Amino acid sequence: MVETTVRPPERRAAANSRFGPYAAVLRSRIRAQRVYRLSFASDAAGATMVGLVEFAEVWVLFNQAKVLGGLDLDAALLLFGLSNLAFALAQLMCGHLDKLPGLIRLGMLDIYHLRPQPVLLQLITSDFSLRRLARATVALVVLVTGLVRNDIGWSVHTVGLIVLTVVCATVLFAGLFVVAAGCQFFLIDGAELTNSFTYGGSFAATQPASVFPTPLKLLFCLAIPVAFTAYFPTLALLGLPGPAGFPSWLAWWSPMAAAWVWVLAWGMWRFGTRHYQSGGG
Amino acid sequence: MPATVLDLRGTAGVYRRLLVAGFRRQWHYKLAMFAGLFTNCVFGFVRASVMVAAIGATGGFAGYDAGSIGAYVWISQGLLGAMQFMAAEIELAERVRTGDIAIDFLRPVDVQLGNLAADLGRALCTLIPRGIPSLLIGSLTFGLVLPTAPGPYLLGALSILLAAAISYLSLFALTMIGFWVVETRGFRSLYQTAGTFLAGLFVPVHIFPDWLRAIAESTPFPSMLQVPVDVLSGRATGWDAAALVGTQIFWLLVVGALGRVMLAAGRRKLEVQGG
Repeated sequence: MVETTVRPPERRAAANSRFGPYAAVLRSRIRAQRVYRLSFASDAAGATMVGLVEFAEVWVLFNQAKVLGGLDLDAALLLFGLSNLAFALAQLMCGHLDKLPGLIRLGMLDIYHLRPQPVLLQLITSDFSLRRLARATVALVVLVTGLVRNDIGWSVHTVGLIVLTVVCATVLFAGLFVVAAGCQFFLIDGAELTNSFTYGGSFAATQPASVFPTPLKLLFCLAIPVAFTAYFPTLALLGLPGPAGFPSWLAWWSPMAAAWVWVLAWGMWRFGTRHYQSGGG
Repeated sequence: MPATVLDLRGTAGVYRRLLVAGFRRQWHYKLAMFAGLFTNCVFGFVRASVMVAAIGATGGFAGYDAGSIGAYVWISQGLLGAMQFMAAEIELAERVRTGDIAIDFLRPVDVQLGNLAADLGRALCTLIPRGIPSLLIGSLTFGLVLPTAPGPYLLGALSILLAAAISYLSLFALTMIGFWVVETRGFRSLYQTAGTFLAGLFVPVHIFPDWLRAIAESTPFPSMLQVPVDVLSGRATGWDAAALVGTQIFWLLVVGALGRVMLAAGRRKLEVQGG
């Protein structure tokens, strides 16, 4: 049933548009992963477990502490659901940028430089792991549970805030992966450093920012503003007061936070690619 | 009989040299170790803030107060590099996948013990640039409480060594699955996530609900992190600490034997394609 040679005409037409080539690559990646059903099923089961364990970490702590940083377990469901859904979606798109040091070391990045398309877009479409959807699904279930269990005043406003938050948070986390990738050009040996703002940022985003001491608050609210991915929106949805100096309308500023991270990402990526010298090969 | 004794003596020297080689090899990756320390510290700051806030909100739980929870967080962050959780070793996995392991079988060194010796060397090396600074940074920023008597440190050193060996041998057993399945990535990522959680990295095993704690304690994972942290921080002392180290020896033997059985079975199964 797998189509290989015969292409329906509408696909060929799509290939003429500017993003056509990327769409074609993505389609083939998705098809390829569905062919090996058993392998895909085990991968997806593994990714689901990863999502469940990450949720268990939050759950055990709130089970013990009851209220942490002004949030109870129900509020923590919202916090975890929003940030983890966005992180899983960003990881689906950009998570494999982690592999850049390996490509550089083996001299394989040169292949991407030879093609007449932006290197970053090629890298982003070079791998597209559907198994990561499993992790997003766990986060989505937690988020929906949180939305049901909390007393939320439903209106167009709240729906708009949730949609805006998930979209902007995904863009923000994707930007962090690009910042990390830009740093990899300098840190071949020290690639683990960038985990501190990709995975560390995601970890910090699942915690109530009010518990952080001031330097960390500044870090996660301003410099690497992951507090916008879930903490501020959770406060706004539940009508809770935030920590001093952080008014509730900040929840609507997630587009600004995402834009700021992409300014960093653009700068870091440009800086990195200009520094790049082939590893040979 | 004299020949066997002689053989063993000869091999002991080889393993010692493998251990030194593992240490020296790791010593060259200075930027990598600095990067590891940096990331450990960022996670340490986040974890410590959350834990201290949780202690503040409840007035302490499971016998922890602000000082001892700080010791738990920063010791566990400091040991993380040695325990090889995050970068689940793929060099051996790759050798199993490609069949290069067949070459290792021809060498006069036991595959399991040789790899263990090299990894212990690596683990001991990471304690210098990652373990010690992590404790220093933790005590400067969060003021953790550490024991003042020498006992916990001596037993703690033994416990760390055992934990590093258990963590390597259990990863070794996991890698052996590669003889039967081509891709072990799914298994490894599951091991990494479920393992660090059950080992007590994110929240101490002591605050797990009873059923979850029972699950954790029926696995070797707490022996890789929670136990050395408890012994070193002085949470467990005297006979309690000795009993914990006894549990570690039990798990060392279990995962070691499991790895040996799987290695032997994999060796029979191994089929090297032409070349």
